[in-house]
Amino acid sequence: MDSSQNVIAGVGLADRPRKSRWPARMDFAQSASGLALGLFMWGHMFFVSTILLSKDAMWAVTKFFEGYFILGTAYPVVVSGVVAGVLALVVLHAFLAMRKFPANYRQYRAFTGHRALMDHGDTTLWWVQFLTGFALFFLAAVHLYQMLMHPGDIGPYGSADRVWSGRWWPIYLVMLFAVELHGGIGLYRLCVKWGWFEGKDPAASRRRLKAAKWLLTAFFLALGLATLGAYMKIGYEHRDRVGERYTPSWVLPDPKEKAQ
Amino acid sequence: MADANAPRKLTFKILRYNPRLPGDKPRLQSYELEESAGMTLFIALNEIRDRQDASLAFDFVCRAGICGSCAMMIDGRPGLACRTLTKNLGAEVTLAPLPVFELVADLSVDTGKWMRGMSERLETWVHAKQGEIDLRRIEERMDPDLAEEIFELDRCIECGCCVAGCGTARMREDFVGAVGLNKIARFRLDPRDTRTDEDFYELVGDDDGVFGCMSLLGCHDVCPKQLPLQTQIAFLRRKMLKQGLA
Repeated sequence: MDSSQNVIAGVGLADRPRKSRWPARMDFAQSASGLALGLFMWGHMFFVSTILLSKDAMWAVTKFFEGYFILGTAYPVVVSGVVAGVLALVVLHAFLAMRKFPANYRQYRAFTGHRALMDHGDTTLWWVQFLTGFALFFLAAVHLYQMLMHPGDIGPYGSADRVWSGRWWPIYLVMLFAVELHGGIGLYRLCVKWGWFEGKDPAASRRRLKAAKWLLTAFFLALGLATLGAYMKIGYEHRDRVGERYTPSWVLPDPKEKAQ
Repeated sequence: MADANAPRKLTFKILRYNPRLPGDKPRLQSYELEESAGMTLFIALNEIRDRQDASLAFDFVCRAGICGSCAMMIDGRPGLACRTLTKNLGAEVTLAPLPVFELVADLSVDTGKWMRGMSERLETWVHAKQGEIDLRRIEERMDPDLAEEIFELDRCIECGCCVAGCGTARMREDFVGAVGLNKIARFRLDPRDTRTDEDFYELVGDDDGVFGCMSLLGCHDVCPKQLPLQTQIAFLRRKMLKQGLA
């Protein structure tokens, strides 16, 4: 038979003199991972949108993250490392957020009925967060796996070919809306949940936070749509030369890359 | 041409259901009433019961937003009937009982049972150290600002609006709701209460307590006493987190 502690805990009785600290840790970890992912999401959007400036700008950002400007040679595996970290955060965040999901039909029905009857902004926003979060289980996983395994395919032509010829644009389009809505609402909720930026007038602060949330969501959606459009256009124009990599005219081809 | 000053004709669609009547099914019943100056839902419902339907069940005691008995779903949101002026509503008003609480009949619910259970669970009374109570001693002075702060949270009338407006409480029946968390915040402030954050963690440091709150802020937005629930829950969450990570 198991140890006495396993037997006591196994039948649902308290096996410790005081309440577990795990709910506190899990609440903190959910918020911290959400904050990290939300800020990453915005940074990521700025990086990929450099294609709107020029192919050279996007190329430079890509190579920067591959360590080219520091190490002298591009190491796409560095990107894989970052992706692995983000994937780990996504898995952790999804696991913790699932604690809040409706767990059965009764709970699902109770919440949907409540949401429809109350017609309350923040309650509805949570439902949007739940639905987009659920969608991101699959969308983010697919995207991250691709990036994890093919980090070298990021670049003005590599990304554009994936978007257009690789037919990734539909998933990116859906993911753009899902991630921007989910992240924007999540960051707003973090502020009201922990009382950040509350100031002397919490009601006014909340109004301002919500306005900022919608402005940022609108901004990043517009930026994301323009960026996706740019990659689709480049990908379409480059459809006959899929696989070719972009190298700015002002950079000598990396000998290591040339050899490959 | 219709007279602009003519009183409005109000239609009340009221959820009727008595779970103790065998075979009774929930349904919406309509009543028409002419609006009068300064009419509250309390006045309207009494008029309906006095003149149209004596079987209509609803609760009132104080008529002044103090007792919390008349809380109900007004056009889908929890609120106090006695504090709701019909002039602020449309010509058609839908009334339903508060969810979560045990339904007595029609608009009448038993919030007391739920509140008592919550109070016993969270031990919402001042905990003084055993043997330290000396009734002959003059009570210790309290800083007026602190007393004011405690009184601000003590204004809760346990009407149940925050619980009925909470998506978490609707999904998870063991959730203590904003009313419970507000009470913990109140006793935490009270210098006469000797409990520490470690003790409070034992009461609300889990997913049925402060960590279960999803910050939907329905409680804050519907509280008829405008209690600072958003601020208090966030504060309590920070304190309980500190305790949990210590």
